Amino acid sequence: MTLIKTQYNRRSFIKVSAAAGGGMLIGFSWLNGCKPNTPEPEAGVAMPKEWFEINGYIKIGDTGMVTIYSPNPEIGQNVRTSMPMIVAEELDVPWENVVVEQAPLNTGWYQNQFAGGSLSIRLSWNALRMAGATGRRMLLEAAAKEWGVQLSDLTASNGVIKENVGERTVTYGEIASKAVGIEVPKEVELKGIKDFKLIGSSIKNVDGKKIVTGQPLFGLDFHRDGMHLAMIQHPPAFGMTVKDFNEAEIKSMPGVKDAFIVDTTVEEPGGFDEKGFKQLIAIVGESTWQLMQAKKALKANWETTGELESSEIHVKRLEKALVSGEVQESRRDGNPEAAFKKAAKIIERTYSAPFIAHNTLEPMNFFANVTEDSAELIGPTQTPEALEGSVAKLLNLPLENVTVNMTRIGGGFGRRLYVHFGVEAAAISKKIGAPVKLIYSREDDMTQGTYRPTYRSVYKAGLDENNNLIAFTVKGAGLPEGPVFPNRFPAGAVENYSAEKIKAPTNVTTGAWRAPRSNFTAGAEQAFLDEVAEDAGKDPIDFRLELFDRAIKDPVGEKHEYEAERYAGVLKLVKEKADWGTTKPNVHRGVAAYFCHSTYVAEVFDMVLNNGQPIVEKVWCAVDCGIVVNRDAAKNMIQGGVIDGIGHSMYSQLTFENGAPKQMNFDKYQLIRHSQAPKEIEVFFVENEIDPTGLGEPGLPPAIGALANALYKATGQRHYHQPFVTEKQVVG
Amino acid sequence: MANFNLKINGKTQQLDVDPTTPMLWVLRDHLKLVGTKYGCGISQCGACTIHLGDNAVRSCQLPVSAVGNQEITTIEGLSENGDHPVQLAWMEEDVYQCGYCQAGQIMNASAFLKKNPNPTDEEIEGAMNGNICRCGTYLRIKKAIKTAANSKIA
Ligand code: FES
Ligand code: FES
Repeated sequence: MTLIKTQYNRRSFIKVSAAAGGGMLIGFSWLNGCKPNTPEPEAGVAMPKEWFEINGYIKIGDTGMVTIYSPNPEIGQNVRTSMPMIVAEELDVPWENVVVEQAPLNTGWYQNQFAGGSLSIRLSWNALRMAGATGRRMLLEAAAKEWGVQLSDLTASNGVIKENVGERTVTYGEIASKAVGIEVPKEVELKGIKDFKLIGSSIKNVDGKKIVTGQPLFGLDFHRDGMHLAMIQHPPAFGMTVKDFNEAEIKSMPGVKDAFIVDTTVEEPGGFDEKGFKQLIAIVGESTWQLMQAKKALKANWETTGELESSEIHVKRLEKALVSGEVQESRRDGNPEAAFKKAAKIIERTYSAPFIAHNTLEPMNFFANVTEDSAELIGPTQTPEALEGSVAKLLNLPLENVTVNMTRIGGGFGRRLYVHFGVEAAAISKKIGAPVKLIYSREDDMTQGTYRPTYRSVYKAGLDENNNLIAFTVKGAGLPEGPVFPNRFPAGAVENYSAEKIKAPTNVTTGAWRAPRSNFTAGAEQAFLDEVAEDAGKDPIDFRLELFDRAIKDPVGEKHEYEAERYAGVLKLVKEKADWGTTKPNVHRGVAAYFCHSTYVAEVFDMVLNNGQPIVEKVWCAVDCGIVVNRDAAKNMIQGGVIDGIGHSMYSQLTFENGAPKQMNFDKYQLIRHSQAPKEIEVFFVENEIDPTGLGEPGLPPAIGALANALYKATGQRHYHQPFVTEKQVVG
Repeated sequence: MANFNLKINGKTQQLDVDPTTPMLWVLRDHLKLVGTKYGCGISQCGACTIHLGDNAVRSCQLPVSAVGNQEITTIEGLSENGDHPVQLAWMEEDVYQCGYCQAGQIMNASAFLKKNPNPTDEEIEGAMNGNICRCGTYLRIKKAIKTAANSKIA
């Protein structure tokens, strides 16, 4: 067992002790509107009459039913199941007794309530274990006090406290009322990793039944009586603003209650306030269809206030930036120029990728209810705290007067880190003095995004006469930031190395898109290394292992971001699982490995050609994310990442003409479909006892490299520029 | 505006609505049946799939005026207790990530299995190709369809 200090701040104590005298507590069950929080019929115990709040994460009912609050936004990464699992593990309660509720934003109770950077589990691992362990300890203390025995005379397991010697037992439900008054312990014991019962097993998604029966879970499903609906219209192009529109005509349309221009500018905007259009036409009404008709009838005057960029301009700007752009970050080991002069072979290749949109299947939306002195926000956000801050600034309200509740979220991928749609809902609600739900159409969603930047990188490698890699350089430019991580692999593994990250401007709004920068860098670097290995006459896995060997034994330079042993570990595991080295007739193999978001993933793709069309038959993934919390759900994340990586690198792009995106909906913007997905994806985890890291992003980047390398084997063509194929050529 | 009597999930619903309104918005805005999802509005994503009689249709393309006497089934009405074999199979395979596309996937899969109770992989892919899953749960969807098919009660 590990002993750790508990860390609760002042506000959580206040809340806990305030709860102490209260007996029955009311949970944060806001989502189902009029419905009370009804547990799943499957719950192993009866609905309690009384609930006792143990701490910000745990509420125990008199029947032994336990409510665990899941603090972070659920965007499909399954934290609403995995985070409560960690609490339940340390509390030591049967999972059948657990019901999960979404916690509201509460910076006093919870830390890091956001979904981004694959960080939910990694940052909250200790806090969640501590919450559970504290609860267990308080229940034990309550029982010890009740029976007049020492704490060490008792054991708690599976929701029951027993005397070590003696007959007495009491359930958590029976003792919970007594635990409420117990002082929060200064330190608590955590379980040994070997004693985990829930963590490492496969627990089904807690919302499964609600999802398959179509219950109202998502922001777009939220309804409150008296609420209006609103839609917005933004200027048609980046570089334009709205001047005026046919207000009278729009207001007279059926079902339209109001129409006006809103300004959503907040002072001193933060990174999550990114949005190209601050002034928008808003139309308020009662039904979505009528609002859509009103939008179609809009006649607006737009003003051109900036450059109207095109994809041609973007490509030229990137090419120029690679020659003379502003270097943001760099690294240099040895003397690459001198090494290239001595090299027996030099390979230089250029890779590029377009802007892409997030296209969460649930378009942006938010509910806001703004009054004179308060604002209530409910909806799909990855960053409730940033939203709270921006709304407080917009409305000039103190932070305490702004509340944010999170719905289940129909996809995030980074898009809902940006808070403008919540801010827009607040601005509209303030203007009309009534609660409102703002809805984006798919076209709104796709054409005013915070896109993945467009990138272009040049990789160069030098081999000596014995085919050793003696020099490696990368220069990567992006609009508006470069896709280079100077201290990642192969930094540390090559004697003469340089990396330059270069930026160039654009007025197209961009932001974090699932595995920012890595989603391009991995594909380019891993495809490049494949080509270098081929020129060196080496097996691509052996070639990489040689480099890791160098980084392990005699690392070059001051620091590198990755652990070479773990990196090599996933490659060795995937090599073994995929039986690398064996050949099957007409099956073409590609491999890639990448490290990002503190997780290591290696992937092998098997590809066949069917009537000339490449089809991914099978994918093997080896993953080192430390301790695996929810095994099957973790596999689901990696499988999704692989499919997402294939989809976007093969098919997706957002191109521009006169400042406007040319793709506005899924007829022109291609997303991967059923028939294009691989036929099988197997996922293997490295078993270790390292604290867990995230899985939301790391599965995606290496898929692009492995795909490119398999495509080369299958077709004889190297692919340098994404998307790799147009609609005519289909994978899967 | 016009009056309509619609047969939805075994109940008759009366409403007064613009006859061009797609069933998607009739369900979501007027009847508060929000299990049917909006994804694209142009027949490209399948999130809005419902049953019209025995057929899977895109409710974003179906004006309320075209429904007439035909029975409509939405995800809320697919089974009494969430125990349609396709729903059970979905839970068995723990298919979903964000879950947003899944009502449409399930409605399409259940109509398809009724017509083709023992599909091949290729037939599944062909039938399901119009349903986008942005999270990439395609392999689990395929597996769940096979699980449902094998349960022989689909
Ligand atoms: S919303 Fe109907 S097909 Fe996309
Ligand atoms: S599960 Fe998210 S779109 Fe399918």
